[in-house]
Formats: sequence, structure tokens, C-alpha cells
Amino acid sequence: MSAQSVAEYHRLAVDAVWKALAAVTDPEIPVISVVDLGIVRAVEWREDVIVVTVTPTYSGCPATELIAADIDRALATTGIGKYRIETRLAPAWTTDWIAPAARERLARFGIAPPGRSAADGVRAVDTSALSRRSAETIPCPRCGSERTRELSRFGSTPCKAQYRCEDCLEPFDYFKPH
Amino acid sequence: MGSDRQLFDYLLRLGDNALVLSQRLGEWVGHGPVLEEDIALTNVGLDLLGQARLWFAYAGEVEARFAASGRGEDALAFLRESGDFRNLLLVEQPNGNYADTMARQFYFDQWHVLLLGALASSRDARIAEIAAKAVKEATYHAERSADWVVRLGDGTDESHAKMQAAMDDLWTYTGEMFDADETEAALAAEGIACDPRTLEAPWRAAVGVVLGEATLTEPAGGWMQRGGKHGVHSEHLGRMLATMQHLQRAFPGAQW
Repeated sequence: MSAQSVAEYHRLAVDAVWKALAAVTDPEIPVISVVDLGIVRAVEWREDVIVVTVTPTYSGCPATELIAADIDRALATTGIGKYRIETRLAPAWTTDWIAPAARERLARFGIAPPGRSAADGVRAVDTSALSRRSAETIPCPRCGSERTRELSRFGSTPCKAQYRCEDCLEPFDYFKPH
Repeated sequence: MGSDRQLFDYLLRLGDNALVLSQRLGEWVGHGPVLEEDIALTNVGLDLLGQARLWFAYAGEVEARFAASGRGEDALAFLRESGDFRNLLLVEQPNGNYADTMARQFYFDQWHVLLLGALASSRDARIAEIAAKAVKEATYHAERSADWVVRLGDGTDESHAKMQAAMDDLWTYTGEMFDADETEAALAAEGIACDPRTLEAPWRAAVGVVLGEATLTEPAGGWMQRGGKHGVHSEHLGRMLATMQHLQRAFPGAQW
């Protein structure tokens, strides 16, 4: 192959990988993909290997290994010969990387999307947490009411908290800003 | 100048604190006072287990620099004796009642956030990236355990009495968090580790604010227990490890 056609092949392969990854959904939240979630940090060629760089969400998230296996399967279907999945920790994943369109899908699915996470970098120990949190409004993903209450700081997965709407009385998950 | 052996030892301290507390929290599974708390304790434990794995993976790589080979995370978790563990005495204390569990968590979380915050700017890039990730989780844990200290402290007469008793009982294990030994001094001088003595004043300030809000009296002075980071543990760790390590000891290499 000429240098030009190799470059073209490389570009098409990267596109194909992104497309395949866009079809890999979060095992716990089937309406968003690993690309929507912001955990795919890069797809690039290193010599003759295509490297997909993934960052974990929570350190102990049990879905991490399942997601890696799903990504591996999706890459196998692209027909690309040599690929590798690498894990990168820094910069640490934040919910701010969740795509805007995916936030709407989360809300339609019944999960309140995350607000802005705290400023980047390290926070000092925040002892005013109680008063600060009660001022935060999490609208109900079903009826839109702002009269909602936190039931528990953890929900069905590490990334969610449990809330309840005081108007429609439905409980719902809130994707915590992280 | 800090050696690789000292770095390995320091990474074990970080990993062992997370692993041992994670195991303690796991003991609450199926026993939480309400379902939400059962889930919450497990999730905090999961975060800590994930952090332990990151520290152990790095520890194993560092060990390979001075030993014939570096141990993997499973070997470090399941095949060391209690005297080889480097965790603080605080995290191995039994769960007790809910106030005891929350007091232990609260003292630890407030310290953990400060420690990880400092380590996020370590000159060791690997330590810095693990700490930067873990501190986000630890901050959430710290908010939650502080909430519970306030809720139980400023609750009924009975919950107040139990919370105060738990704070008093566990206080003796807090002094060790701020001791610096040769390992920490050498690594801190290079900007790799954090000098734990620098954490005491901000920790006491933060703890004081929460205890005030919780209408609790801050325990003061008294004899401080020491030894965890050098492998001198309370009787509780060995029993906990007997449960935690049983399967790998009885069926070496078992997988499921």
C-alpha cells in the first residue's frame, strides 16, 4: 500500500472503532454507551496496533471488567487485526464528560442526570456538607417537580443516589456528580 | 533517600487500610439496619476495595525491583500473615453497633481525604493519579459518615449516648494516623509520601466542627495505641483475616 492509502486505512479504522464503541452500552444503564459516558479517552494507532484507552468510573465499580469484555467483543467485530485496550487513570473520570444528548436519554430512562461536579482538583474537607446539599435541587425525571428528597446517598449502583419526588411520589435514581 | 523497599512498604500501608476497612464494611452485608444502609456500606466498601487493588498492583511492580518477583494483588491480600499487614489499628476494629461503625468510618474518612488530597500532588506520578481518583470517592464517604455522626449525636438520648461512647472508645486509635516513621520521613522528604504530622491540625479542626454540630464532646488526650503500620496489630485483625483468607488458604489458587 502507498503511504497515502495506509493513512486512509488508518483513518477509516479509527472511525470504525468509534462506531463500534458507540454501540457498547453501559451494562447497568442500557440507554447510554461507553462513548456517551466519557470513559473512552482515545482511539489511536501505535505502529500497527490500534489502541483504545479507557478510564474507569469508580475504583470499585463491578461493571468495569464487564465493560472491558464488551469493548473487546465489539472490537473483534470490526475486523481490525491488532488492537489493544489500555487503562488510564489520570485525569480521573468525571460525570462532566457525559455527553449532553446522553443526559436527556438518562432523564427519559428515569435517572436524573448529574449536575456539575465540584471544581476540578482536590477539595478541602467540607464540613458544611449538610446545609449545602439540602439547598441543591434535583428535578424529578418523571414529572419535573423540584420538590424532591434524598432517601439515601447510594442507590442501585455506586454512581447513583436514591431520591423521591414529593409530588408524583415516585422514587428515582440520581446519577451523582463525580 | 527513600528506597524501593520503603516505597513498597508505604504502598502496602495505603492498600491495607483500604482493604481491611473494606472487609469490615463487607461484614455488614445482610445485617444493615435498613436496606439503604446495607447498600451504602457495601458501596463504600467497594470503592475502598477498588482503591486497594490499585495500590497493590503498584506495590507488586515496585516489589519486583528488589525481589525475585513482585506479588500480585491476590497474593498480597490473601497470602500474608497478620504481622505483614501495615494498616492502621483503627480500621481493623470490629463493627460493633452502628455508632461504632460510623465513628470508625468518620475518623478514618476525615483523615483519608486529607491524606489523598496531599498525595494527589506526589512527585511519584502513579501515586498522584491513584490518589487523585480515590480522593473524589473518599470525599463522598466523608460527607456521608459526617452526616451520620451528626444524625446520631444530635438524635435521641440513646443514640447520642451510643455515638459519644463510640467516639470515646475509638479515639485511642487516632493518634497513630499522625505518626511519622523513617519510611514516611524519607519518602516525604522526596515529595513522594505525605508527612502525616501535617494532617493532624486540619483533621482536628474538621472533626471538631462536626462533633460540635453533633452536640458531642471531643475526646481529648489519653493514651494512644500504636503499631499497625509496623505489623503490630490488635487481636481482631487475625480473626478477620481467618475469615477473609480462608478460601485461598484452604484451596490455593481457587477461582470462581
